[in-house]
Amino acid sequence: MTASAPGLSSGAVQHPSRDAVERVFKQERGRILATLIRILGDIDLGEEALAAALEAAVVQWPEEGTPANPRAWLIRAARNKAVDQMRRRALFEDKRAEMEADAALERDEPEIDEVAVRDDQLRLIFTCCHPALAVEAQVALTLRTLCGLETEEIARAFLVPAPTMAQRLVRAKAKIKQARIPYRVPDAEDLPERLDAVLAVVYLVFNEGYAASSGAALIRRELCAEAIRLGRLLVELLPGESEARALLALMLLTDARRDARVDAAGEMVLLEDQDRARWDREEIREGLALVEAALRAGPPGAYALQAAIAGVHARAARAEETDWREIAALYAVLRTANPSGVVALNHAAAVAMAEGPAAGLRLMDALGADGSLAGYHLLPAARADLLRRLGRLAEAAAAYREALALVGNETDRRFLERRLAQVSPARA
Amino acid sequence: MQYLLLIYDNEAEMAANRSGATDVMMKDYREFTDSIVKSGNMKAGDALQPTSTATCVRIRNGKTLTTDGPFAETKEQLGGYYLIEAKDLDEATKIAARVPSAKSGTIEVRPVRVFAG
Repeated sequence: MTASAPGLSSGAVQHPSRDAVERVFKQERGRILATLIRILGDIDLGEEALAAALEAAVVQWPEEGTPANPRAWLIRAARNKAVDQMRRRALFEDKRAEMEADAALERDEPEIDEVAVRDDQLRLIFTCCHPALAVEAQVALTLRTLCGLETEEIARAFLVPAPTMAQRLVRAKAKIKQARIPYRVPDAEDLPERLDAVLAVVYLVFNEGYAASSGAALIRRELCAEAIRLGRLLVELLPGESEARALLALMLLTDARRDARVDAAGEMVLLEDQDRARWDREEIREGLALVEAALRAGPPGAYALQAAIAGVHARAARAEETDWREIAALYAVLRTANPSGVVALNHAAAVAMAEGPAAGLRLMDALGADGSLAGYHLLPAARADLLRRLGRLAEAAAAYREALALVGNETDRRFLERRLAQVSPARA
Repeated sequence: MQYLLLIYDNEAEMAANRSGATDVMMKDYREFTDSIVKSGNMKAGDALQPTSTATCVRIRNGKTLTTDGPFAETKEQLGGYYLIEAKDLDEATKIAARVPSAKSGTIEVRPVRVFAG
């Protein structure tokens, strides 16, 4: 790039520091990359070109001033770098590369406006979350290309070695290219199914970040923030999709409880014991408004029902004021819409709160008998809790032990151990 | 771009032809083939003799080893293929979903590799 770069601001020219350039870059990266991938038709080419554009910006902006439209400047610079590179390759290699370079030039539009950039991001989300890619690959690609997380950060978040994550990304990008997975928003006929896949990836990212786990606390927090950011983007891009709105609501209402769910010692605090003053009022306010909008839109989907349940909790100023009948009713609908063992277990727990532990226990015993939750520690843990409330302490202790044999997470393990000690006869 | 649709199905079931199911499928295949010829997606396609007729050939230490049977013993066997032209994977998988055996077996969609130059 030279001084002929477009959009140099007139008048008072800002001469940013290198750090400032990098901050702008980090902010714009996801949006710019989406557009570059569309223009160049390839994720790797887009990433390389973007890195080259950053190098140019770091040199030029502090000298010449920040361009009036930094995003357009970066896209233009990156595109030119990519076309240069394709032309060089064409000189040495083959005719096809030259044709690709020409095609990329033709695909360039003079104006890159806000609407075009958003459409590019939407296209890229659907590519990253394409069902022909493995779910882990969908998650990794989304975080890398749309959220701009480094491969190492994604690896740390999912507790896999960095080379494994790098390999996962390389394979996924190669499949997109070689099998020609398109960069396209699916047509109306396919949209519901494809949107489900996108929402599932976003929710998976959120849950991965929300699951209490020792160690990489910071990156986990970032995962939640990125999932919420993606959720907002989807609501903005697909305003007619009430499940996208509902998912955003669900994430906000869950995230609102983040600070209250772990105590100073890092131990898990149950919903009923949480200090509700520490819930994020702003997230709750926004989440509740979104749930209402989603519920008004028609028959509620699975996310709307879950968000509605989170909303009932959020509305209760104290745990004792929770409307458990409403929650049990919502879970009953969710159970029909989305039959799963976990939902059935939550339904049973809500019924226990609304109608008493005995009623909940009957449902849980039925669940245990059908075997759909075999190996899942929360079933014996929830049973143990009801047995404890019914004063059947020996049976409760046995169920806590059963849960402890299955639990994987350390925080959950310590919680179960404390409860087991409570129901065990005190030792002299 | 070309894709190979590999048709895997349970050949024992097909051979049994319970209540004429295989005859119905043959008719469905004729209709499907006609439709992709008409739409211009069809490049080639064949049904294969059962895996009992398969022979595998390998060269190890310079010696040719010839063995009876398919490459892998699986519940579903490769029974035929279509070579199609499609603009991207979405179009290819849509066509694959219309292959009659998709209802009982599995259709593997593989992009055909193009060598540069």
